[in-house]
Amino acid sequence: MVRYLPSVGMEVHAELKTRSKMFCRCPVAFGGEPNTRVCPVCLGLPGALPVPNRAAVEMVVRTALALNCQIAYDSVFHRKNYFYPDLPKGYQVSQYGETNPIGYQGWLGIPVKGGGTKRIAIRRVHLEEDTGKLMHLPSGGSGVDFNRAGVPLMEIVTEFPPDIESADEARDYLVQLRSILVWLGVCDGKMEEGSLRCEPNISIRPEGSDRHGVKTELKNLNSFRAVHQGVLFEVARQSAVLDRGERVVQETRGWNESTQTSFVMRTKESEQDYRYFACPDLAPMHFEKDWVERQRSELPELPLAMQERFQRQFGLNAEHSGLLVSDRDWAEFFEESVRLGGDAQVVCNWMNADFAKLLNESGQRARRDAQEDDSTASLVTPAHLADISRLILNGTVNSKVAKQLLGEAFATGAMPSRLVEQRGLTQVSDASLIQDAVARVIEDNPGPVDQFRSGKEGVIGFLVGKVMRETEGRANPSLVQEEMRRQLEK
Amino acid sequence: MSISLDEVRHVARLARLELDEAELVAFQSELNALLGHFQDIRGIDVYGQSPHSRSSALQNVWADDDTWPSLPRGSALQNAGVTKAGLFIVPTIIEE
Repeated sequence: MVRYLPSVGMEVHAELKTRSKMFCRCPVAFGGEPNTRVCPVCLGLPGALPVPNRAAVEMVVRTALALNCQIAYDSVFHRKNYFYPDLPKGYQVSQYGETNPIGYQGWLGIPVKGGGTKRIAIRRVHLEEDTGKLMHLPSGGSGVDFNRAGVPLMEIVTEFPPDIESADEARDYLVQLRSILVWLGVCDGKMEEGSLRCEPNISIRPEGSDRHGVKTELKNLNSFRAVHQGVLFEVARQSAVLDRGERVVQETRGWNESTQTSFVMRTKESEQDYRYFACPDLAPMHFEKDWVERQRSELPELPLAMQERFQRQFGLNAEHSGLLVSDRDWAEFFEESVRLGGDAQVVCNWMNADFAKLLNESGQRARRDAQEDDSTASLVTPAHLADISRLILNGTVNSKVAKQLLGEAFATGAMPSRLVEQRGLTQVSDASLIQDAVARVIEDNPGPVDQFRSGKEGVIGFLVGKVMRETEGRANPSLVQEEMRRQLEK
Repeated sequence: MSISLDEVRHVARLARLELDEAELVAFQSELNALLGHFQDIRGIDVYGQSPHSRSSALQNVWADDDTWPSLPRGSALQNAGVTKAGLFIVPTIIEE
């Protein structure tokens, strides 16, 4: 049987996190009453003139730089002409051409199993505007809501022929891209709300052939999982088409999440049908080289680079460091805690386990700094975790007490070391106290003690637990274990 | 420079215009007359001129990322043929 090699091009649309729209100052938001965030400009009423949003342009420049792109020092907006009811002006403002988009010829590194990265070449990063939303009414007809029309939209397209060769790589690319966009603060990355949308185009070719096959484009993918499943499905579907001796048809297909299959949506208009031309209403953009270089120098360290540094600098493993860089505030929280004297591994463990759980359960987020005044931010600061790390490492408290302390810090903001002082929660390492407690537990539990002595070693955990309860969790568990074994084996 | 009947049909489809054969022929001659004007432009000597897409030398016209009040919904919808529940109503789109 013929083996087929997949090629996947990725077209990603990201709604920019500006306050106002791309060419008018209507507010940008998700949801809300239909047609309440519209004006003559975004409705395309006669005589209305667009003015580009400076913040949106800067966000695209920053993204393009983060994606290692060339910057078009001179760049213009074009009109892409087509008729559809969600497009009020009869054209979408976009950017056409090879070297006209704000960013072109870049790349994004995706992690490779076993270490290192693979470069995925990026063809362009350009700025355009979103369309309105169409909803089909059960009573017939369609309703149009233009609240989304004119929201700044950044399009990021991979190079052809594509470097992405599997469903895994397609998902990894999107994961990395999303993380960079969120990291830079240019997009909220909410795929379920449509602020980040991904349309992969998929083709296959027989092994050994260097001619790329006919591609199909997939839409309606609103999760990483859907992208992965959708690409897998299309590769299998196209393989079956070719195996039957038929041809793959170039078309746009929709992804049906409930049946996990794709269906034909439409055959696309060809590029020349869009009759692109430079928009006469919008002045060309010119970026000074100095300004671009300043933007470049002000870029933050990106997640993948930071993850690699955490592994190098702190000896964390890939999984732990990966969790830390899942969010910029989270990564900065970690670094701040380490800077304040926390042990990297201990802080990392507590952040990724207990602290993350507390945040998840409460719906709060890690605070950026101690001064921040925001009710959605947790009361636990980097200093709290550094404090807990110290208390654990110098043997003042065991991890069970530390967990209680974190819980209290979370509820009240109290500093763990203060709580220890106030309540005498210091870990009991006093040998005579532990000896007494162990002796008492052995005397009170003859059954388990007999079991242990007749060879059921596992019972020791139960007995140690009893001692911990006796000492209200404050005994040093390894000393208790040691003492228990000594007395039992006497 | 002249435009074929098929090209007129294609342009009409892009404009979502339904034209009968007589209208197609009429538009063909009108469009050909329009295109004739480009012949005049071809006659102009533009040697040494760099291409321009606009007459003004303006560049970098920006607005700050502030918001303004949007239209009251009643005003936004007032010219619509059909509305319902705050939406513009259009015929159901049938994909070609």
